[in-house]
Amino acid sequence: MTQMPDQNGRFGPFGGRFVPETLMNALIELEESYKRNAEDPSFQAEIDYLLKQYSGRETPLYYAERLSQHLGEAKIYLKREDLNHTGAHKINNAIAQGLLAKRMGKKKVIAETGAGQHGVATATVAALLGMECKVFMGEEDTKRQALNVFRMKLLGAEVIPVTSGSRTLKDAGNEALRYWVSNVDDTFYILGSAVGPHPYPMMVRNFQRVIGDETRRQILELEGRLPNILVAPVGGGSNAIGMFYPFIEDKEVAMVGVEAAGKGVDTDFHAATMTKGTHGVFQGSMSYLLQDQHGQVIEAHSISAGLDYPGVGPEHSYLKDIERVKYVPITDQEALDALQLLCRTEGIIPALESAHAVAEVIKIAPKLTKDDIIVICLSGRGDKDVESIMAYTGGVQS
Amino acid sequence: MNLMDQTFEVLKSQNRTALIPFLTVGDPDIETTVEIIVQLEAAGADILELGVPYSDPLADGPVIQRASQRALKHGVNIRTCMETAVKARESGVQMPFILFTYFNPVLQMGLDLFFKEVQTHEISGLIIPDLPVEESGEIRRRADEAGVSLIPLVAPTSNERIEKIVSNASGFVYCVSSLGVTGERSTFHQGVEEFIQTVKKYTNIPVAVGFGISTHEQVAHFSQICDGVVVGSAIVREIESVIPLLNDANTRQEGLLQIRKFVAQLKA
Repeated sequence: MTQMPDQNGRFGPFGGRFVPETLMNALIELEESYKRNAEDPSFQAEIDYLLKQYSGRETPLYYAERLSQHLGEAKIYLKREDLNHTGAHKINNAIAQGLLAKRMGKKKVIAETGAGQHGVATATVAALLGMECKVFMGEEDTKRQALNVFRMKLLGAEVIPVTSGSRTLKDAGNEALRYWVSNVDDTFYILGSAVGPHPYPMMVRNFQRVIGDETRRQILELEGRLPNILVAPVGGGSNAIGMFYPFIEDKEVAMVGVEAAGKGVDTDFHAATMTKGTHGVFQGSMSYLLQDQHGQVIEAHSISAGLDYPGVGPEHSYLKDIERVKYVPITDQEALDALQLLCRTEGIIPALESAHAVAEVIKIAPKLTKDDIIVICLSGRGDKDVESIMAYTGGVQS
Repeated sequence: MNLMDQTFEVLKSQNRTALIPFLTVGDPDIETTVEIIVQLEAAGADILELGVPYSDPLADGPVIQRASQRALKHGVNIRTCMETAVKARESGVQMPFILFTYFNPVLQMGLDLFFKEVQTHEISGLIIPDLPVEESGEIRRRADEAGVSLIPLVAPTSNERIEKIVSNASGFVYCVSSLGVTGERSTFHQGVEEFIQTVKKYTNIPVAVGFGISTHEQVAHFSQICDGVVVGSAIVREIESVIPLLNDANTRQEGLLQIRKFVAQLKA
């Protein structure tokens, strides 16, 4: 398992590099540079320094006592990625890729973003490292996440609204790749999720595994044993793979990836790639994919911009097929209910993405006993979503 | 030797360069596409790229993206595109056809069925822009078996990869003129001529150039150093501009003629 991916970037049948020839040498150069630097202790030291002094790691593993009591006997912990600088786990990866870009001598970075969290993280790192930054964002998402657009502009980034296709995350990813093809000579693409062509899924996983590594250490300190269940939201799947990866060999730890069911998996409005998708090639790699019988990609739908994606990471696709991780869908409404419950019981407003994971725990916790420990990856904070929640619910129901 | 190889042989004996237009099948509709193909051949096209519309065309600029969207609205799929080749042949078109498709539609059709259909639908070559040589082993093997050329793309950034990409290639080698996606441009990658000469050193099969070529002058320039010149977005844009004419029975012939004139002057 730790040997994944193989030299072709494959996780079983998934992954690989399905991109225009123009990008191939750039990807090979990136892979070589990444491998070289990964073996250089000074590179990891730079990352660790910024994660600690700049982003505030390690993030707490917080025992959510009132939520636990509300849901029965199991103990529920929250891995507080929402407490990172810029408000989500995305900064872990953006810092590391930004430092890698700097080491490769690149002065310009680009990124795609859905909810805006990765865009904000990239804009932040670009400002910190003195780089020029362009962020591609679906026009639809620029409306849903207007605050994050302004945030990126404040940080000196140029936000480019993408008007092709469904005008959401997938189209932002397409446009970032197209821009990269045209500017591959001097531009580094800071890809935000564990998707895309090799080496991105591997690299993003390794830059996010700090979540799982810390969790493991913390739970052993707090409880003297590993948790029974890890639960994390999955769009592309970067926080989830970061949380799961260090536990893969621990067979006693069950893992649940939570994807967005939108208005329901039996409607046309969902982003349940694992539940409803089939194998396909999308944005540079083979994975599960929402597509029609002719191989045209189907637009995804979710209240959460970060989960509104028809693909999923290749390693997640593999973990599903070998049945190491269970993937379940959660609807918009279930996520909203979970968000409100967490607000009321713990005083924490989670991102809508993270609320999907909380919603799954609301379903499973009551069936567990006092000896069970659940860890939720609370991937981001919900400030960015407050407006869209207001619009959806017409204000808070009391 | 398939129809495309024969075409290149004939052109070579006449010391001519192939004009290879691209269009998106089903833009604006299948019936019109067939009529446009007839006009393209009359205008002097030697080989035709039939573009399969795709929801997420990563290698394409806005013009072909828009054409794909228009075609997808009519439910055009990879099978329809192959059937269009047969219809064009039935309309008297002689030139060889290349199917230009992203990999996923091929994958979803299933490789067995896809290559069976390719053989029975007048397709001489395949261009799959998101299938680099590292991922193409199985497809290459099946294409060879089917007598269809898998046409490799080489880019100005390919450098030391060129040799690996063009070794054992069949049909022709497609040189990407510049960094970027498809679409008209006024300048090409610096050293594009040198790049094309480098590619020629590694292969004996024809070498064509494409991406961004849109004017008579550009076609003439590249004709001197290549065996084929691909014009895509410029033609798709021309088609787009006459859609209102094509959609009106009174002006339809005028629209078709305009496309024909545009392609004829590229070659003149």
